[in-house]
Amino acid sequence: MTDRTVGKVVSVNGPLVVAEIDPGREVMQNEVAYVHCQGQALKSEVIRIRGRQVDMQVFESTAGLMIGDAVDFSGQVLSAVLGPGMLGNIYDGLQNPLALLENNQGFFLKRGQYLPPLDEEKIWDFVPLAKKGDRVKAGEYLGEVTEGLFGHPIMAPLALSGNWEITEISPAGKYKISSHIARIKNQDGQEINVAMKQEWPVKQPMRAYRERLLPDKQLLTQCRLIDIFFPLAEGGTACIPGPFGAGKTVLQQIISRYAEADIVIIVACGERAGEVVETIREFPQLEDPQTGRSLMDRTVIICNTSSMPVAAREASIYTGLTLGEYYRQLGLKVLLLADSTSRWAQALRESSARLEEIPGEEAFPAYLESRIAAVYERAGVVKLHNESTGSLTMIGSVSPAGGNFEEPVTQNTLKVVGAFHGLSRSRSDQRRYPAIDPLISWSLYLRQMEDFLNLRHPEWVERVKQTHKLMADGHAVRQMMLVVGEEGISLPDLVSYQKSEIVDATCLQQDSFDPVDRATSRQRQIEDFLLLTEMVRHQFDFENKQQARDQMTRLQNLFFQMKYSPYQGEKYTGYRREIGRMLGKEEAR
Amino acid sequence: MIKEYNLISRIQGDIITVQAAGIRNGELATVKGQGRSSLAQVIRLQGDQVFLQVFAGTRGISTGDQVRFLKHPMQVAFGEALLGRIFNGSGQPMDGGPVLTSLPKIEIGGPSVNPIRRIIPRGFIETRVPMVDVFNPLVESQKLPIFAAAGEPYNELLARIGMRANADVVILGGIGLKYDEYLKFKNSFEQAGVLSRTIMFIHTASDPVVERLLVPDLALAAAEQFGVQGKRVLVLLSDMTAFADALKEIAISMDQVPSNLGYPGSLYSDLAARYEKAVDFEGAGSITILAVTTMPGDDVTHPVPDNTGYITEGQFYLRKGVVEPFGSLSRLKQLVIGKVTREDHGHIMNSMIRLYAKSREVEQKLAMGFDKTPEDDRYLDYSQKFYRRFLDLKVDIGLEQALDLGWQTLAECFSPDEVGIKQEMIDKYWPQKK
Ligand SMILES: Nc1ncnc2c1ncn2[C@@H]1O[C@H](COP(=O)(O)OP(=O)(O)OP(=O)(O)O)[C@@H](O)[C@H]1O
Ligand SMILES: [Mg+2]
Repeated sequence: MTDRTVGKVVSVNGPLVVAEIDPGREVMQNEVAYVHCQGQALKSEVIRIRGRQVDMQVFESTAGLMIGDAVDFSGQVLSAVLGPGMLGNIYDGLQNPLALLENNQGFFLKRGQYLPPLDEEKIWDFVPLAKKGDRVKAGEYLGEVTEGLFGHPIMAPLALSGNWEITEISPAGKYKISSHIARIKNQDGQEINVAMKQEWPVKQPMRAYRERLLPDKQLLTQCRLIDIFFPLAEGGTACIPGPFGAGKTVLQQIISRYAEADIVIIVACGERAGEVVETIREFPQLEDPQTGRSLMDRTVIICNTSSMPVAAREASIYTGLTLGEYYRQLGLKVLLLADSTSRWAQALRESSARLEEIPGEEAFPAYLESRIAAVYERAGVVKLHNESTGSLTMIGSVSPAGGNFEEPVTQNTLKVVGAFHGLSRSRSDQRRYPAIDPLISWSLYLRQMEDFLNLRHPEWVERVKQTHKLMADGHAVRQMMLVVGEEGISLPDLVSYQKSEIVDATCLQQDSFDPVDRATSRQRQIEDFLLLTEMVRHQFDFENKQQARDQMTRLQNLFFQMKYSPYQGEKYTGYRREIGRMLGKEEAR
Repeated sequence: MIKEYNLISRIQGDIITVQAAGIRNGELATVKGQGRSSLAQVIRLQGDQVFLQVFAGTRGISTGDQVRFLKHPMQVAFGEALLGRIFNGSGQPMDGGPVLTSLPKIEIGGPSVNPIRRIIPRGFIETRVPMVDVFNPLVESQKLPIFAAAGEPYNELLARIGMRANADVVILGGIGLKYDEYLKFKNSFEQAGVLSRTIMFIHTASDPVVERLLVPDLALAAAEQFGVQGKRVLVLLSDMTAFADALKEIAISMDQVPSNLGYPGSLYSDLAARYEKAVDFEGAGSITILAVTTMPGDDVTHPVPDNTGYITEGQFYLRKGVVEPFGSLSRLKQLVIGKVTREDHGHIMNSMIRLYAKSREVEQKLAMGFDKTPEDDRYLDYSQKFYRRFLDLKVDIGLEQALDLGWQTLAECFSPDEVGIKQEMIDKYWPQKK
């Protein structure tokens, strides 16, 4: 297309630039345009069209822009480039590889630089999986390359519609991602080349699968409070709202390390650069216990931190989702962590304000609710055309203004997610980390995955519910004690309060910075929790409150020491035995 | 060629509109009227209408004033010669010293650092304030505000940390600073003998409101250059709430829909653009930002402290003259605790705070008239010792000494199995009874 639409800048208001195009020319919603400014082309996206006036959000600083500057429309909507070679990368919100960008003075991002997201020169060993004459649909596997540990299928273009036939397929050999590895044609005789890389519009959900399934298998995070009380499902969604400093990011970081997922996509959306740096610098050194390889080999980081341009922040979540959906198409278990979706919503609010749209609650646009729903709806577990399954699980953190959950982003998110891990200021102030408040949090998956969870133990879910109830009872007793004092409550009440404190201190609380405590395997969760529920169910026979206090303090200390002892080590078994003895059993089980 | 225009078509709040062509977004201009000249910056272009924010405010500006566009964005002179100097909110000397015309100029409000070129901070900054060093240590390259209500001694705390922290360069950005406070800063830096490595950009309470917007950018642009050159820079900003209020005024003049209490929806991004300048450069220096955020009505959910808390790496609450142990938080502490500092640091910190929380509960319970148990007595004792030995801002001890004092305090009040500390640590550090 040599005949692209062009325009001229007629207004500049922060990142919102209005261009005027010639009458009769075409322009598309969400089309990518380049605004030319002092020798640089600034990437932008069309967000509104009114007659010849085209509103665009520019993904860069608009300083230096002038009325009359030229605008080029690309004819393409904002897309991600997908294919082998994404793993281990650190991208900005528009999928620019940050490591390859040139920096001003060696440190500062230069605007107007856009690089190919994938290494075009890298050679991959391709093996065909299909043959000439095979019929294929969008997303079906034509061949495979090996990327790190797993086979990375090369798919028929995800954007295809209808049935196609392979007319040519390349033999096994070495190819670059842009090389054509197949040719396919459809009934209408249309014939196209297929490369190993492909593009997908980031704001459009990818649906090249047979069907969506109900999430009914657990996604293990190794965080006890989540896995035991408010579990996550493969293909499920969860949100982590909490006031500042309550522990959203630390929780997400710990999940990104220890969750049992094949691929982890971290979207650092409008938060601190320093937090991403920890991940960038530490992941390559950390080993993925499941594979023995570096954690970075299963990770993609999308990084649009708070001082980077706001419009690209909005795009970053969509870029992350698109990458996630792509890996799901490959039959993988993908986990997407977005920190924080509130910053994404604020980016929407900023652009809506500049468009002078009628504001809704707290000046958020009226379409906030549907946009949030659309984002979380892209998660899910699916059955692919080849009968295997893939899943995309999404956990978004939410940063409510004033820590008040009654605000639009939190409320609209709660309507669509399957689990709510609400962090409370009072728990974080007491350093009860992770500060997920057991009294307000919930997970629909506890019921939805009951059969699966009960494979841990036939009474698992029942015991979880029983323990959860104890937490509520303990809290009630505590509230009562604040009013009537310890002498005002009965001995059984005191005991259930103390039991709940033991559960809190030794199961709910988990020290993210302790090498043993920070991650708890499935097997250890089962054993430790069953022992803990023995304590919860035990009928203690105390003569008075003093005895109750003494005994329970001892018991708590034993559980406490046990949780810091390496699993099945000598100390661990020693503490277990001692706890068993206190509960009147020979060997606790 | 410098263009001049003298038809101001609109004056609203601190924004003026002129008809002009060939003007760039962000460009600087001067607005000259009878006997006065003020800097202004282009903040919006619409057709041939150019919107400028006037730093000295629009009071007295007439529609016939002359607007000259300077063809460049806001800049600041940079060089070693800045050290020891004091400038006002628009970067002009206010110490009677020479104007730095020969120095190269740098643009302010530049782009952000590529996250890949940052490194994980590792430097512990000892302040000799135990509530900071033991419970929430300050780390090189951290951005941390002091949250305080009006009347708290926040500037004293700021100055005290500024003087003790061993930075190569200290840059003070005063935003709406009372003149007396400015003098106090100057005096204490002078007395501590650090003035020669200090630069001040001082906007005082009587200066025009819009000029406040420049101060953090001036201070941070200079800091950034020193940082790139390998210097460890400490930037002190007081008071960022005054900065946010200036943002609010501009937003209202531009008819923007406010998101919360009149503040623009971009408040978070605007504050983050400044705070994110804190950085540890790979292979060069660092910038640490310690700021003051006063809390209107002592309310932390007010949009300014709230947004700040979401941006910074923790906060110190200054309340009733002490650094509050509960809300205060240094988010980078885990990077140094037990790694750069002694191995027992983290254990002492957690245990002492937990027990202090419990003793506050006991105090509350007793205040409501409940019976005292023998256990309560120990908590009360602990609480008093905690105040005297740690909380009191007058205490001036180093970290190791404070940790030892921590073990001693625990041992005086509790038995080892009540403190929730790993056995290994207890075995090693629990003071032996004589
Ligand atoms: N699981 C944990 N174990 C130990 N400390 C924790 C834990 N979670 C949080 N913290 C402490 O709380 C601090 C703040 O946590 P975090 O950065 O995750 O908060 P946040 O909710 O993401 O805040 P913001 O909304 O401002 O980004 C951490 O720096 C750490 O000191
Ligand atoms: Mg966070």
